[in-house]
Amino acid sequence: MTMDLLTLIVALPLAGFVLNGLLGNRLGKGFVSVVACGLPILAFLATVRGFLQLQAADGLALVETAYTWAVVGDFRFEVAFYFDRLSALMTLIVTGVGSLIHVYSTGYMKDDASYARYFAYLNLFLFFMLLLVLGRSLLVCFVGWEGVGLASYLLIGFWFEDPAKAAAGKKAFITNRVGDAGFLLGMFLLYHALGTLDFDAVNAAFTGPVAPAVSASLVGVLLFIGATGKSAQIPLHVWLPDAMAGPTPVSALIHAATMVTAGIYLVARLNGLYLHAPEASQLIAVVGLATALFAATIALVQTDIKKVLAYSTVSQLGFMFLALGVGAYGVAVFHVYTHAFFKACLFLGAGSVIHALSGEQDIRRMGGLARRIPVTFVTFAVATAAIAGLPPLAGFFSKDEILWFAFASERGGSPVLWAVASFTALLTAFYMFRLLWLTFLTPSRMDEHTAHHVHESPFSMTGVLIVLAVLSAVGGFVHVPEFLEPLMPLPATDHALEHLELPLVVLAVVIGLAGLAGAAFVYRGGLARAERLQQRFAGAHRVLSGKYYVDELYEALLGRPLHWVSERVFLGLGDRMLIDGSLHGLTGLAQRAAGRLSRVETGNLQFYVWLAVLGVVASLAWMWRHV
Amino acid sequence: MDRTQLLLWLSIALFALGLTGVMVRRNALVMLMCMELMLNGVILSVVTFAERTATTSGAVLVFLVFVVAAAEIAIAIPIVLLLARQRRTLDVGAYSGLKG
Repeated sequence: MTMDLLTLIVALPLAGFVLNGLLGNRLGKGFVSVVACGLPILAFLATVRGFLQLQAADGLALVETAYTWAVVGDFRFEVAFYFDRLSALMTLIVTGVGSLIHVYSTGYMKDDASYARYFAYLNLFLFFMLLLVLGRSLLVCFVGWEGVGLASYLLIGFWFEDPAKAAAGKKAFITNRVGDAGFLLGMFLLYHALGTLDFDAVNAAFTGPVAPAVSASLVGVLLFIGATGKSAQIPLHVWLPDAMAGPTPVSALIHAATMVTAGIYLVARLNGLYLHAPEASQLIAVVGLATALFAATIALVQTDIKKVLAYSTVSQLGFMFLALGVGAYGVAVFHVYTHAFFKACLFLGAGSVIHALSGEQDIRRMGGLARRIPVTFVTFAVATAAIAGLPPLAGFFSKDEILWFAFASERGGSPVLWAVASFTALLTAFYMFRLLWLTFLTPSRMDEHTAHHVHESPFSMTGVLIVLAVLSAVGGFVHVPEFLEPLMPLPATDHALEHLELPLVVLAVVIGLAGLAGAAFVYRGGLARAERLQQRFAGAHRVLSGKYYVDELYEALLGRPLHWVSERVFLGLGDRMLIDGSLHGLTGLAQRAAGRLSRVETGNLQFYVWLAVLGVVASLAWMWRHV
Repeated sequence: MDRTQLLLWLSIALFALGLTGVMVRRNALVMLMCMELMLNGVILSVVTFAERTATTSGAVLVFLVFVVAAAEIAIAIPIVLLLARQRRTLDVGAYSGLKG
């Protein structure tokens, strides 16, 4: 039993996928719900058990080989699972938050026609995500990496009858392929240089006395390109906001709490490599910070409740990459952990709002919901305060540590990084409280019909919200960076700056409160004041609601040339002219030749006889000569 | 000129006569008769060679050709009759639309 614990954790959701996928439609919703929620909960319990074992062994990693995939010469590719503190934490998040969201989904998706298909996909996602975080080698991780991409695609396009939603799924899938190319190249380089893809071996090779024959920065940048795809960083961030086309619990689980943090997990997991890749780390910090700021500014003007949260996710992921870039790997994972709680809570709260308003997502047509759906309001408010970084909620601790290391880390921290990050934190607090006010606190802007039907969600949904709100409130008291210290030591900080740590904490709290006050000032009375601001800064507003026209830029730079090339060169020249042309040319030749020859058939019998005689005479003459 | 040669010349003459008839006449019945003439010319040469080599295979072949020719005429005459009933003429030019 203990031997196969990790395999069991991975296999349970797979079993759920198979059962629900094959039998779900026949055995009814009761069966589907029990299988879909029961198996992840069992996996969570098994993870807790493994975690206790890990703690008893003082952090000594559990390793388990499930299957030998291939043996090529001296190289063995094994499906092996590796359970140390980092993967334990990630597995706890994935199975824990995953189980909660499964339970929530039973309420949210209750009336959907494809109930079994939904849960089959969700279980499939959990399986691949567990493969990703538990895999010992980059190869197994990559299989999980691709698998979660598949599950994400299937769930974004879950309501595929709507072409826009199906297109969003394709966009996510294709954008991720770009990143995956980088991941694959990095993996090839590592394998070429080291002959192994096991995470522990790779880290050991780079931290060991003999430097490997490959540039750590090159590999680091390539793997980071993979991470930008999965974790929606510039320039591959475009898919995540569109991914909101999927059902809201999917956005909570895949596009906020777990899958999009895979990139952070990958970099943190390979911290041995990144410690020796200062250039790559610098790039990560800059890209992360730029993404954080960029997405936060867009989130200021979004009017779709899920889009605001989506851009907020992109922004928070940017914060995590900033932490990774300055060498504070444990802090980044800490933020992954707190973010999983409050962002899942926010998304599920948004789902509860959408559920209450029968599908309305535009915050301009909400308002005044605080009294109508109080549980959703309170949990949403707690999570909002957590993401804004108000003490003593979870987000305060993790975000504060990120800001501190961005300021003082000796591995690339600087006041500039800190200043931009702090400004982004201010924007974060502002747009999150804007969302809270517009949704719950301002006077109602709903139409009669919608307002009449507002109802609090069933307990399966509110219960989950309460659990997540409690976790968002107290989750920060778990000292994740210290817990992970043996695996990924925190970077040294500049002693000369240490006296500034407390003032900076105070400043961070003031920033959070300033965001709160600003949002309250602008949005307290409804949309009137915001509309005046919008008119005054019309140009800026247009750019922001156009999302900086990145989609249009990609369309002009990549989409249209590709379309032109495939339309003109491949279709027009290659397919139509060369392939069709040669075939049609040959058939045309045959037809024309046959047309000419058919004129011989005049219907004049005498002419036929003449021809026959001519033929006989000609063949006789030939025989005369040759026989 | 011995008998064999005489007979061969005769068969050539018959064949040529028939061929000329087929080539120049436009009456379907006359063309059929001319074809028979060609056939008879060929048969005559076969018989002559068979007699000359004193074998029976030539005679057997001739009987075979007779049977085939009879069958052929048995089919050809009704066809010509049907055609003539359609167009009231025996001129083959009238039927050139049958070329397909």
